[in-house]
Amino acid sequence: MHDWPIGPEAWQAIGLTLQLAAMTTLTLLVIATPLAWWLSQTQSRWRAPIAALVTLPLVLPPTVLGFYILVLLGPQGWVGMLTEWLGIGLLSFSFGGLLTGSIIASLPFAVQPIQYAFEAIGKRPLEVAATLRARPLDAFFNVALPLARPGLLTATVLSFAHTVGEFGVVLMIGGNIPGQTRVVSTQIFGYVEAMEYTAAHWLAGAMVVFSFGVLISLSFLKKRSDRVMP
Amino acid sequence: MTAFSTPLVAQSAEVNVAVAANFTAPMKLIAQSFEQKTGHKAILAFGGTGQFYAQIRHGAPFGVLLAADQETPSRLESEGFAVKGTSFTYATGQLVLWSRQPDLIKDSADVLKTARFQRIAIANPKLAPYGRAAYDVLDKLDLLSTVKPKVVEGSNIAQTFQFVSSGNAQIGFVALSQVLEKGQIREGSGWIVPGSLYEPIRQDAVLLSSGQDNPAATALLEYLHGDKAKAVIESFGYVVQ
Repeated sequence: MHDWPIGPEAWQAIGLTLQLAAMTTLTLLVIATPLAWWLSQTQSRWRAPIAALVTLPLVLPPTVLGFYILVLLGPQGWVGMLTEWLGIGLLSFSFGGLLTGSIIASLPFAVQPIQYAFEAIGKRPLEVAATLRARPLDAFFNVALPLARPGLLTATVLSFAHTVGEFGVVLMIGGNIPGQTRVVSTQIFGYVEAMEYTAAHWLAGAMVVFSFGVLISLSFLKKRSDRVMP
Repeated sequence: MTAFSTPLVAQSAEVNVAVAANFTAPMKLIAQSFEQKTGHKAILAFGGTGQFYAQIRHGAPFGVLLAADQETPSRLESEGFAVKGTSFTYATGQLVLWSRQPDLIKDSADVLKTARFQRIAIANPKLAPYGRAAYDVLDKLDLLSTVKPKVVEGSNIAQTFQFVSSGNAQIGFVALSQVLEKGQIREGSGWIVPGSLYEPIRQDAVLLSSGQDNPAATALLEYLHGDKAKAVIESFGYVVQ
């Protein structure tokens, strides 16, 4: 075996990043699907403020998010008080903390594509289902969800990719612990700050290739969904 | 009228200054009195020394660098990005073990041997001299293996301080300048680590190549040597030669 230009610490960071992205994506699909469904169907006056809240992480600088999440997870924050009361201790500087931060930061990337997919279905298929005496839950799982498949796929890909690329939040709440909270983006930052430019180039280059691949695959997904849905 | 209130100097110039984040507060004061005294203007940018190094090598228009270490200025000198022989130590940092909780640290390292904290924040030793100094101290006190599992690392001393001040880490090694107010530790409890336990944290300033012919750049470096600047620097918990 020849020498890799990046060390074992970078491989560890890559492994941890993929694990974090996978768990974030799975959790987000569970949270985002009902939320997107509600947003796509409701007439409630809470719709606008909730939709804005969901979109907020998209426009806020990650350092703002990271800063508030750190405060929230700390001993004076609601989440920190809750986790201490539950006997888990503080979530900051742990994988659980990174997961919490990533879920918040990637929430709009999961909710929005699913919501648009639900909205694109329109009322007709569900009305047809109702006339065939499908109960709402039936209609949701057997009609709406399959029709929204392209949206779900887009949400999955985007949540995963965005979590992999997230930097500000994980830097602010991470604590740079190898194997626990040091992910690819913070590893690159460390390389650059430490003037280890060769390693930085390799890892950053890999990130560019990965992100490019994700966007390409998204456009393929979109093409396929255009064929399925008019 | 504003035209009469500007000091009378032959030529007033501007200089962009790259300042290590830990020196933010004193440098703001120094720049103010420097401008009043000389009529030159110092435009300050604050950030990490490693980040400044990369920017300077790629043509950033800084005339002066106030680094957080000695290596970066001497490296820039030998690589031709700074004027040879112009670097000098403008401040020497002091390390303090600090907690926001009032009675946790009893002016000694004893707390490190207890289970009274879950997390200790230390700056990344690869990136920050304060981090290296902190690990020196732990090594000298033979506490490295005891403390290591509880360590969280900030990417610089400012982030390390944030970890402790937000309470996410109960204690941490930070810069004395961050917790000092009028010669007293302003909040919580702390132990000022004796200088014998770590290598001095010398911070060097250097004249950069792009500031070579800028009168404001040379005037600022001269001003940093002066008694007035030294008094300010000392009041923030740094040692001055």
